[in-house]
Order: sequence, then structure tokens, then C-alpha cells
Amino acid sequence: MRVLGLDIGSRTVDAVWVEDGRIIEAVIADSGFDPASVAREFVTRGGFDTLVATGYGRHVARESFGGEVVTEIKAYATGAGALFPTAGSVLDIGGQDTKVIALAPGGRFTDFEMNDKCAAGTGKFLEVMARALGYSLEEMAAAALAAEKSVAITSMCTVFAESEVVGLAHRGEDRASISRGLHESIAKRTMTSLARIGASGPLVFAGGVANNAAMVELVRAGFSGEVIVPDAAQTLGAYGAALCATVAAE
Amino acid sequence: MTDVATDYRQMWADLGLNLSMHDALLEAVGAMYGSTFMTQKNRPEGMGYLDFVMSEVHGLRIKELDDFRKSGGKVVGTYCLYVPEELIRAAGAWSVGICAGAEWAYDEVEQILPRNTCALIKSMMGFKLGKVCPYLEEADLLVGETTCDGKKKAYEELGKMQNLHVMELPQMKREKDVAFWRSELVDLIAKLEDLTGNTITAESLATAIKEVNDKRRALQRIAAARAADPAPISGLDALLAVQVAFYDDVPRFTASMNALADELEKRVADGVGVAPKGAPRILITGTPMALPNWKLHEIVEKAGGVVVGEEMCTGSRYYEKLVAEEATTVDDMLDDIASKYLDINCACFTPNTGRIDDVIRMARDLGADGVIDYALSFCGTYQIESAGVAKAVQAADMPVLRIETDYSAEDVGQLSTRVEAFLEML
Repeated sequence: MRVLGLDIGSRTVDAVWVEDGRIIEAVIADSGFDPASVAREFVTRGGFDTLVATGYGRHVARESFGGEVVTEIKAYATGAGALFPTAGSVLDIGGQDTKVIALAPGGRFTDFEMNDKCAAGTGKFLEVMARALGYSLEEMAAAALAAEKSVAITSMCTVFAESEVVGLAHRGEDRASISRGLHESIAKRTMTSLARIGASGPLVFAGGVANNAAMVELVRAGFSGEVIVPDAAQTLGAYGAALCATVAAE
Repeated sequence: MTDVATDYRQMWADLGLNLSMHDALLEAVGAMYGSTFMTQKNRPEGMGYLDFVMSEVHGLRIKELDDFRKSGGKVVGTYCLYVPEELIRAAGAWSVGICAGAEWAYDEVEQILPRNTCALIKSMMGFKLGKVCPYLEEADLLVGETTCDGKKKAYEELGKMQNLHVMELPQMKREKDVAFWRSELVDLIAKLEDLTGNTITAESLATAIKEVNDKRRALQRIAAARAADPAPISGLDALLAVQVAFYDDVPRFTASMNALADELEKRVADGVGVAPKGAPRILITGTPMALPNWKLHEIVEKAGGVVVGEEMCTGSRYYEKLVAEEATTVDDMLDDIASKYLDINCACFTPNTGRIDDVIRMARDLGADGVIDYALSFCGTYQIESAGVAKAVQAADMPVLRIETDYSAEDVGQLSTRVEAFLEML
């Protein structure tokens, strides 16, 4: 049975075609202002017997295309559990939200926490800061990784942190140190969330921000346990959603 | 029908309501009721009474209050279940709960109260400032209470706008606090007797105690029926029953709820439910949900769960305990009333470990699969208790989800995701 897993987010729509637990194809597209139509393009490509949608647009997807829905929590837990059966927890830092999940054997989960009320600590935060510092996302991560010291950022709010960063740069603080400080601020919030759910290792670090080498280094340094970054970190949600299909092929 | 509608508009105008805003409120609540309640499947027929009450929420009931007052009766508005309805009824007055559950006139409210005030308090003020609540305008006397800091200070403002008596609710439950609370009841009696021109007698008080107990007993039957799997009534419908209990005509409401309870007990015997057997069963605990706050119940039940109980003021705390009925003198009855009311486990008291016991016991008795702890943003007392409740529920081997929210529709998407994930987890 071939399943199409769709993760319809506000930044990207991810589509993963899965057969017998293996990824046949994975595609990431920008959501634009009409994520449903981006999802529709994937659906009309066909090549699946059933579909499972997750993410912020999952209910709209079900109404438009049928299929099943699961929350991003279950999708990530299932995906992480399938790829790494000994995993203890999941960290997903996405474009606009972050989540931490405590796993139980068999892809199940026992606790979770989401931050989706505020952009602080998400990919959005990094995008805004990169622009303020005149970096691309990759350049900013590389600078943070190479920096010898860091400058602490005190603002939690993305908007105010941007002002703070601009202020620091004008005062002559070095961009790389500021970058490292920004990444450390996200890592700190992340560690607090993980502690609150009693996350144990190995930790599967997924979501778009897992592609950021500086974040990975800081999460590894802050977490007491192994940190695994899957190859398909960003599409773990769509992959996990596909695995959740319960409907047998007609 | 046109005559009735015209009567109501004139009645609302005479009460000084802002008619166009009031129309908007009624339309919004009507639409909400339709999409939230009327789309449910297999509702008990007995809910027809509550559907009718809601269709007339600012109509028939207001007319009843209006006629009562025109014949010399007095209406007392209350904001909290610590204010004993028995005393109000014993004085020949009618008690109407006007605690509020919708965002209204926040711009005006925020000129008087801080933006970071809980939704319940802002709503209470908003309904007054916005002139959209006929119950408020029908009240000859309002009774407030010093339950929390927010309410305490908000009543100072409300008291400038309407006749308001504030009772001091103690913060602890020692013997001396019960004695003090009893003295507050004595003061309330004086106020009520002055308002109505009636004297509270042993007879009138005994009758009132029995009537209000009968109301609670009917609600207890409904609550007990929800322990069955499949649940015979939705959490939304059961919540509505308690919300209406705060202001409906007592004997009529009691009779209708007993009829509903009869039907539910038959459903239980026949194995008839509103959700499929095996639907995740949820107990919700926390801050009260005043009319028309149906937000969390709707999210849980639309996600496929069924709410089997509420450990809150618009729930078990309203009907769980009765006032003793053996006393024969007003003095002894006051002792019973004081002790029953102070026995309610609200977070405004310290310590409040009784609430944790209640949550665990209810979760077990109702066969809950999980517990949701619900606190309004800026509610210090319930938010602080949340961690302790969660820890105790987890220690009792049950999963718990902690929610903090307000009355707005802004976070419905995020809450739905959390609730759905919680149900997936169970």
C-alpha cells in the first residue's frame, strides 16, 4: 500500500510518498499564501492509495482531499519511533512553532509541549535575525559555529530582539558573536522545554532548523544524551503521518 | 410571534440596554449555539427544555424577572457559587447568576481594568459597560465576594455603577473562618431583609434549603449517569445544564432536570450513548465556565472525545454537596449553610488540597481516560494550582493536559492541536 503523507504548515508543505515504511519520494514546497493549493498539486500527482495529512492545514486537507488526519505530535512521534526505535524524545523546531515530545516504545508518546503562540525560538526568529545582520541563514549558522565568543541577547520577543541586534551591531559588536548569542538563546529555551517533559535520550532533532549546524552543536552540548539528526529532518512529520495510515487499500 | 418580539424589544429598551449591541450579542450567541449544540448527534430529548431556555435566554426568563419585580419581587444577581442562593430565596427574592463567559466591550473595560485581567472579570465588566445584559439590569441588588484579587478590585468599580454588596469570603477554612463566614451570612440576611421587606424565618429558610437541594440532587443524578460507557449525554449538554441552573426558575428547572435524568438512566440501562463506546473520556478541572463559554468542551468533543465530568464551579462544586436538612431554627440552619458552602474547594482558599482529592476521585469514579486542567490566563490561583493538580494526576497513573486560555477564538487552532494530540496519546 502506498501512502502519501502531507505536512501542511504555514511555511512549507511537505509531501512524502511511502511504501512499506520506505520513503519513495519526498518534496518540500513553500506554502505561499494558499497552502491548500500547494497540497492539491501534490495530491493530483497521484501515486498513492490513501493519504494522511498533518500540520496546521490538516483539517482543510481532509475536507478537500479525504483521507485521515493526525496531529504533528503523533506524526513526529511515529516517524521518529520508526526510524530510531530506541529514541526517547523528539525536538522539532519549525518555521513558526517548536515542539518537544517524550516517546514511549512503538512510536507512542507520553507527553508533549508546544510553543505556537509566539515566534521566539523558531525558524522565523532566525530568519528575521539573519536579515538584520545581513547574512543568509547558512552564513549566519556558519558564523555562529565559528564564533569564539557570544553576545547574550536579552529579548525574548523576535521583534524586540531584532532591535537589540541592530543596536548591538551599531555599537560595534561582532556579527558572528551576536549570531552565536542568538542561537544560544534558542538553545536555552529548548533545553527548558525538554526538561519540563523529562525528555530522555536519544533525542531526535527534526524540523527545518535541524539543518542549522550551529543549532545542532548547541543542542548536543546542552542535552545530556545522544542527539540524532535524521537525514530527512524537515520531512519527518510528513513521513510519520504516512506511517499513521490505518485505512487498508481498497 | 411579532407581538412577543415587540414586547421584548420594549422590555430591553426599558431596561436601558444598548439595543443594537444587544442584537449583535444575541445573534452571535444564537449562531454559536446552533453550530455548537444543535450539530451534536443523538442528544437526549430532555435537552429540548434547555434548547428552549437558550432560545429565550434574554426573552422569556427576563420577562419572568420583569413581571416578578413589577409585582413587588426583588432580583439578586450573584457572581459566585459561594453566595448562598438559599438565603436569597428565603427572603422571597430570586437569585440569578450573572457571571459572564464571552468577550464584550473590552475597549471600554480596558479603560478601567488592566488588559492583563482574567477574561471572566473583563467579561463581567464588559456586559455592564456595554449595556447588553438584561439580567444585570433586572438586578435590584448585586452580591459580590472577595474570592480573588481581581474580583475584589473590580467590584469597587462595579459598585459605582450599581447597588452592590460585597461579602468577605475567608481565605482559610479554620473554625474561626467558618464563624466569620457565618457572620457574613448574617450581614447578607440583614441586607436581603432590608431589600425585600421580608423576614427570613425558619420556615422560609427550610423551604429554600430543600428547593435548592432538590435542584442539586437532580444535577447529581445527571452527573452520575455520565459514569456510564458509552456516556448518555455529551459534556457540552451537561455543562449547559449547570450553567442554566444558576439563573433559571428553580422548581421548573429541577423538574426538567429530573426528567432528563430519568431519560439518561434509561439510556444507561439500554447502553445508548452520544459517542461511540471507547471514545476517549475526559475529566476537565479548573476555573468555571460561565455562559456562553463552551470553547474547551466543544474542542474536546469535536475532536472525538467525550467530557464525562467537570470539577469546577460550573460542575461538581455546584451540586456535589447538600445543605443538611435536619435543622429547625434559623441559627442552626445558618451553621449548616456556612459549613456546606465553605466546604467548596475553590483555589481562592489556602490550602486547597481537597480539590486534588476531588479530581482524582472523580477521574476514577467517572472512568476518565485523561484529565484536562483548565485555567484562564491571568488567573493566579488556578494557574498556580495547575502544577500540583498535574503532578497528582500523573502520580495516580493518568495522563494530564494543562491548558491556559481565555474566551477568544484566537487560539482555537492551537488548542485543538493539543487536545487532538492528547486524545491520540490516550
